[in-house]
Amino acid sequence: MADTLRPQAAPPAADLVRRAISGRRVDIGARLFEGILLFSLLIALAILVVLMADVIGRGWVVYAERGTEFLTSGNSRDPAQAGVGQALFGSLALMVIVAIVSFPLGIGAAIYLEEYARDSPLTRFITVNIRNLAGVPAIVYGLLGLAVFVVALGDLTGPNSNGRSIISGGLTLGIVVLPLVIITASEALRAVPDTIREAALGVGATRWETIRSHVLPYAAPGILTGTILSMARAFGEAAPLIMVGGAASFVAAGDANLIDQLFGPYMAMPTLVYNWAGLPNQEFRALTSAGIMALMTTILLVNGIAILLRNRYARRW
Amino acid sequence: MVDPLTVRTRTDDVAATGATEHESPTIRVMTTGHELDESEQIAPGASGPAPQMDFAADQVVFELDQLSCFYGSFRAVRDISLKVPKNQITALIGPSGCGKSTLLRSFNRMNDLIDSARIEGRILYHGVDLYENGVDAVEVRRRIGMVFQKPNPFPKSIYDNVAFGPRVAGFRGNMDELVEQSLRRAAIWDEVKDKLKTPGTALSGGQQQRLCIARAIAVEPDVILMDEPCSALDPIATLKIEELMRELKENYTIVIVTHNMQQAARASDVTAFLTMGEDRAGYLVEMAPTQELFTRPINRLTEDYITGRFG
Amino acid sequence: MTDQPRLTHEDLRGSSARRRRELMVRSLFLSAAAVSVIISALIIVSLVGEAWNFISQVDPGNLRTDGWFPRRDMFDIGTIVAGTLVVAGVGLIVAIPLGLGAAIYLAEYASPRWRGTLKPILEMLAAVPSVVLGFFALVVISPTIAQPVCDAFTGASPIFSMGAAGLAVGILITPLVASIAEDAMYAVPNSLREAAYGLGARKRATSLRVVIPAAVSGIMAAIIVGASRAIGETMIVAMAAGGTGGSLFQLNPCQPGQTMTAAITALATGSDRVRGADLAYPSLFFVGILLFVFTLVLNMISERFVRRVRLRY
Repeated sequence: MADTLRPQAAPPAADLVRRAISGRRVDIGARLFEGILLFSLLIALAILVVLMADVIGRGWVVYAERGTEFLTSGNSRDPAQAGVGQALFGSLALMVIVAIVSFPLGIGAAIYLEEYARDSPLTRFITVNIRNLAGVPAIVYGLLGLAVFVVALGDLTGPNSNGRSIISGGLTLGIVVLPLVIITASEALRAVPDTIREAALGVGATRWETIRSHVLPYAAPGILTGTILSMARAFGEAAPLIMVGGAASFVAAGDANLIDQLFGPYMAMPTLVYNWAGLPNQEFRALTSAGIMALMTTILLVNGIAILLRNRYARRW
Repeated sequence: MVDPLTVRTRTDDVAATGATEHESPTIRVMTTGHELDESEQIAPGASGPAPQMDFAADQVVFELDQLSCFYGSFRAVRDISLKVPKNQITALIGPSGCGKSTLLRSFNRMNDLIDSARIEGRILYHGVDLYENGVDAVEVRRRIGMVFQKPNPFPKSIYDNVAFGPRVAGFRGNMDELVEQSLRRAAIWDEVKDKLKTPGTALSGGQQQRLCIARAIAVEPDVILMDEPCSALDPIATLKIEELMRELKENYTIVIVTHNMQQAARASDVTAFLTMGEDRAGYLVEMAPTQELFTRPINRLTEDYITGRFG
Repeated sequence: MTDQPRLTHEDLRGSSARRRRELMVRSLFLSAAAVSVIISALIIVSLVGEAWNFISQVDPGNLRTDGWFPRRDMFDIGTIVAGTLVVAGVGLIVAIPLGLGAAIYLAEYASPRWRGTLKPILEMLAAVPSVVLGFFALVVISPTIAQPVCDAFTGASPIFSMGAAGLAVGILITPLVASIAEDAMYAVPNSLREAAYGLGARKRATSLRVVIPAAVSGIMAAIIVGASRAIGETMIVAMAAGGTGGSLFQLNPCQPGQTMTAAITALATGSDRVRGADLAYPSLFFVGILLFVFTLVLNMISERFVRRVRLRY
């Protein structure tokens, strides 16, 4: 063969380089590492799937058998008749009060901190304070609600039930989510470019005129998203409600008028789930799951609306 | 007439670098027969530590008296004394970082927006101390408008951009007319008259800046401050704005900060040159009618800057 | 502009009506901000008031007993603190590897498209309320995981156990840990990574030796926040850990136990007889203060860590 007659030259330099920098070096360690990381992510996601599957698996039979009647009936000792109607109403009423309490206070505080406050020890104290409040366990707010709204102001908030009313519950939950509203609203305000404020002030507008006409409209989608997400969070909170009386077990199926319902004993979705989960009767397992389905659907719906709104109103210009 | 006691020439001990506080900078004396308007009465040059051009009392819009601007304990601008003439274009030039913008923003109390900002000395606006107790910064800003470096129209319609200022100031007249007049005066009416309801942010850079000028004009100010208004624009847009400035000075007093020397030379009537001292504070080196400053600068520093030896 | 006569000070005073309105609006917003301070004060006052009732009246001997039986005047703090630590500990053992692993993957390996899909799913997990996870612990985790494991290791496998609750708590805080850690890693400037790649480092080395150390403050903050949340978790424990009106001191996660949080709810659900002559009611607030202080300290520590992250860039 012709090759063997020629002296073997050294492989050209280009070849050496090519070999050095190309080639699939199978680094098992790296692959393994990446695999482990992906695995942990997938486990977390798998748990969510398993959770959903279990809940739906246990609970769908209730809807299959009873349909929407489950959603409208009041509570009852008889599993065949017990429904989440009262609890849904209670939760809805709670959310209205939460909104009334936390939105004005929260957004107002955020506006003050972001638009008016100078950087001073007082301002920093308030900011730190709010961040700490955000980290306080919900049950501690329950104690606060108990001491203030139930015991101290009981006659005001719930004359029919020793102070354990929707008003007390709503006020307590409102305080639970207040730090969250403040923090998300603050972030939304901070995202407004300073050039807009400068431009408005430069033309002879006051602070408030600037905020009202330019800053707030710009930040509104972000603020809205934040407040809706806070509501979703409040909807699922049970611990504070237990402390201020929301776990009263069987409420008389009543056609009590609205005022009585607001100032009297009540049920809410998360505490109903808690009650049912603790009942020894196995049939309530399915009911609990069905209740959870209603609870989760509401929460996911609200979260979804918030995100949809945020995307839709993302800066158009 | 020239006051022999105060004139210095180039060869004298003019500070070459970093003038310190006590060194007296050049005194610029006005002689008659220069490029400014004949209608102005120019008083003989004032002697004293501060270099300034002098004008007749009713031709002075701003008078700065040993003005220093601080951010906390850092002094950004030191002991500026000068006068700004009415219906002229006054340019503030100098290397970057020497406090020109800070100085400009003290004219309309925009520095109030920064927590740590404060001033020493005085700024008199038509004889009134701008920082006196009781003076409302909002009212100041209505009379002394500002156009910023990067065009910043509101994310609203062109109409609403222009109408905002008058609205909050309580304007009760015919808004449509006012908007049109402002857009005309800003030389942009023809380009936008058919799309007043479209967003201001959809315009080109140069158009946005002219919109910002229209917005500033709408509140019928007395002065328009411009902080490097063309630095974000292309050359053609820049020339349009410079042309516009020449038209505007008929009705408004204009003070412009620019780091573009050619622009200052082209477009302004009076120029003040500032530079940074060793203490990192800006100070006034020289102020003169533009032609004179650029052709016969008195201070060595000025000459170095103009010829490009530094900055 | 015509030649104006000299201005007077009066001309620059502005509209007093406008100024008044400004002041009113500003005060309004200030009071809103002040409310947040008032709430903190209220928490402290209401907690401290009743807690003091408890502390001043309780017999110190009753603070170290065999268990927490508030209706029988046995207030062993050690029991509930130990329970809290066991549950939180199990939770962290779950959440730290899962959370950090997921975070590293999302920050360093996932393509932007995947990140956009996977992150929201992780956030969905965060939206699950704790009652739901408590139920999950009771009907799924306990029978399928906790009981078999406990049976194999200790021979005993009660339905209610701190371990089952702990696992559910771990699931609860994983998204939180992952989110904070991922933010911290994502915030590491790309220039650092590029520097490493430029030196010939591969992905794993870069992640482990460059990104993680740079983000370590944020990662610590993530863990501490997770721990704080785990300590403050109530519903899962109330439903699955088996603590009732009273429990003995217990360190074995395979056994039921009581945490500080569930101790509070246990007393509250015991009917309206919460106010009574006995010390049960005030003891709630004493535990509440403990809880408040615990979480406050943890949160302040994590703040320190987060501040260090911000300062670095």
